[in-house]
Amino acid sequence: MSLLRLRGLRKRFGATLALDGVDLEVASGEVHALIGENGAGKSTLLNILSGIHRADSGEMSLADAPYAPAGPAEARSRGVAHVHQELALCPHLPVAENIFLGVEPARRGWLRRDLLFDRAVALLAEFGRSEIDPRRRTGDLSLPDRQVVEICRALACDARVILMDEPTSSLQRANVERLFRLINQLRERGIAIVYISHFLEEVREIADRYTVLRDGRSVDGGELRAVRDEQLIEQMVGRAIDGVVDRERRPSSDVVLDVRDLAAPPRLHQAGFELHRGEILGIAGLIGSGRTELIRAIFGLTPSTGRIVMRGNGIGYLSEDRKGEGLALQMSVADNVTITGFSRCAHAGWIDRARQLAQSESIMQRLRIKAPSARAAVHRLSGGNQQKVALGRLLHQDPDVLLLDEPARGVDVGSKSDVYREIGKLAAEGKAILVVSSYLPELFSICDRLAVMTRGRLSAARPISEWTPVSVMEAAIGAPERAA
Amino acid sequence: MKALAKVLAPLLGLIAVAALFAVMTGAPERYLSATNLRVVLAQTVIVALAALGMTMIIISAGIDLSVGSSIALSSVVTAVALRGGLPPIAALACGVVTGGILGFVNGVSITALRVVPFIATLGMLGIARGLAKYVANQQTVNVPATWINELAVTFPARPWLLFAPGVWLTVILAIVMTLVLRNTVFGRRVFALGSNEAAARACGINTSRLKIQVYALAGLFFGLAGVTQMSRLRQGDPTVAVGTELDVIAAVVIGGGSLSGGEGSIPGAIIGALVMSLLRNGCQQMGWPNYVQEIIIGAIIVIAVAADRYRASRAAETSS
Repeated sequence: MSLLRLRGLRKRFGATLALDGVDLEVASGEVHALIGENGAGKSTLLNILSGIHRADSGEMSLADAPYAPAGPAEARSRGVAHVHQELALCPHLPVAENIFLGVEPARRGWLRRDLLFDRAVALLAEFGRSEIDPRRRTGDLSLPDRQVVEICRALACDARVILMDEPTSSLQRANVERLFRLINQLRERGIAIVYISHFLEEVREIADRYTVLRDGRSVDGGELRAVRDEQLIEQMVGRAIDGVVDRERRPSSDVVLDVRDLAAPPRLHQAGFELHRGEILGIAGLIGSGRTELIRAIFGLTPSTGRIVMRGNGIGYLSEDRKGEGLALQMSVADNVTITGFSRCAHAGWIDRARQLAQSESIMQRLRIKAPSARAAVHRLSGGNQQKVALGRLLHQDPDVLLLDEPARGVDVGSKSDVYREIGKLAAEGKAILVVSSYLPELFSICDRLAVMTRGRLSAARPISEWTPVSVMEAAIGAPERAA
Repeated sequence: MKALAKVLAPLLGLIAVAALFAVMTGAPERYLSATNLRVVLAQTVIVALAALGMTMIIISAGIDLSVGSSIALSSVVTAVALRGGLPPIAALACGVVTGGILGFVNGVSITALRVVPFIATLGMLGIARGLAKYVANQQTVNVPATWINELAVTFPARPWLLFAPGVWLTVILAIVMTLVLRNTVFGRRVFALGSNEAAARACGINTSRLKIQVYALAGLFFGLAGVTQMSRLRQGDPTVAVGTELDVIAAVVIGGGSLSGGEGSIPGAIIGALVMSLLRNGCQQMGWPNYVQEIIIGAIIVIAVAADRYRASRAAETSS
């Protein structure tokens, strides 16, 4: 029997049809994976379920009663809770107050602090996380602990349905396992979970059934056990994915970037490598191992010591933090794409609008950026298209060396393969490319050579054929290196 | 403990300023005398009362630039009401409610019209000042002698009070507001609103209503500050308190308030207001011209915030 049932849900935002007929059924005690490319309508669907938006048409029912929340407060009181992708916590408040935000225990408006803390302690203990102090400032907690706080918040309002939007996107493996144990506990209590993720292997690990969304429509669904990855990917993108990167490409022996003894304590202690023309060098390692600091030190964003010799023109940097550092979200696609290379479309300091637009449009075409026009503000684009805009800026800048930090993070499958294809193409054109990634299949599919960062030290770079995912992981966690 | 630590820094600043001037004036017994203390406190009341409201607004990640104009209009309304023969308590209520209405209008234009607080209250700064001049017929409004005139005197008529009634009123309201912000659902939601508005909304909190409440309640304090202003001048003056909003914001910020929201404390803001009064008073005793005070107070604001940022970054380093 289904706890949550949706039929023919539709939602329009101005000119774009975000949802165009979504059916979904989730039983209690079920983890239901919602998969689809960025922009397929997953987040819109969750926002409708959690009362942030209202559907234009369609039927929703919860436990056989009609369900149409007027706002987040009603959704919460009906037992539907949303665990947000970008954690929706108040960093200044203590843990307990975050858990009970909106449903604070009170008598005539005065907070019952004793009750508040007792209940918070009880909730945290249920998850075996009683070491989290409910009086602690939430902003001081680690990311995984903050996620526990958010899930406790969902339970604080007796949630029957919990919506999780990419809960693992910022977690490391050990914490992912912890989260999965948490989800299994929720499942045992009969809570229904709608789970969004881009990682198929992860979805297989945790979910029972799935629904694929494509262009705002539910196009496929069923038992996960009965379906193969290729089939899922095909359903998501609506087209078969072609071979990603041209492996026949041959890097030259010209050294473009020579890095020696680079250090930026406390995160980066020792790194050295040579980067050749036409080469893609991958840097693997755990989050916090110093990979990002390495790239930032090379680019000059982090003060460092050591020697860097550069034989080429220009370094381009793609930040892992798209919203914080990568893009000017309020500005147009054209402004974002040309911002580091205004001189290419300006005369004596005056920007030639026509040229700027023409140059931007050709890059939009090359990267298959889906946007209403080059004049559209970047924040209106889906995550995958925003990432392509950030990459497009490097194409426009046209440097000889590219430093790419998590180039495909939080990006849907279709856009991912577009990004990989482009990176391969750039290498074929003779660019020297450094790629940092947490996602091993990504590194193995695009890199020529690979080095592993462990606690601020970079291993020697070796051809990708000499690595296996296991040996990379061993190196990353600091196990004794095996002879290759 | 943590709350105490937050107030400690401005408190140290206060002690430093007092000690510095005590030494520099060469007559510590006069600078720190009960008499001079009374002068300082009476001078602090207006900014301190307004800071009670401003602290709440700043914690909620808002700002109000219309405070000075709001004080002027409230003082004029109180004076007109007194002149018209209303009993003092009713006139006082008129002044306070005037401030509340201005705050309410600010809240509505910020939420319903979606004007950012800086602009909405900048507009109100002009509107309220203009209204004050209109209501006062572009003149000062003289008032009959009532007990309201005794609110903020330096030497109270009843000596056992020690300080002006307005000083005691400020102390009581400061305690009440501290408790409200710390121990009520409303107060905690004000912190939540300033800390992460999207989170507050996602938790089902009606953030628009909460903002209107914050600005309206703060407006009541600005209105009371306006009544006190009238009391000190013993007349309603539509041109008074120009730029007071900046003193009030400075008091909150010196006291640990963050303009990005989620942080701030009432005791801190009161200390911030005292720091500025002590500075002004000290400069006067030194016989320094006005401009020296202005330069020093300006520098103190920047130093206070820079010190706070430095502490925050040190704290972030040690915790990571």
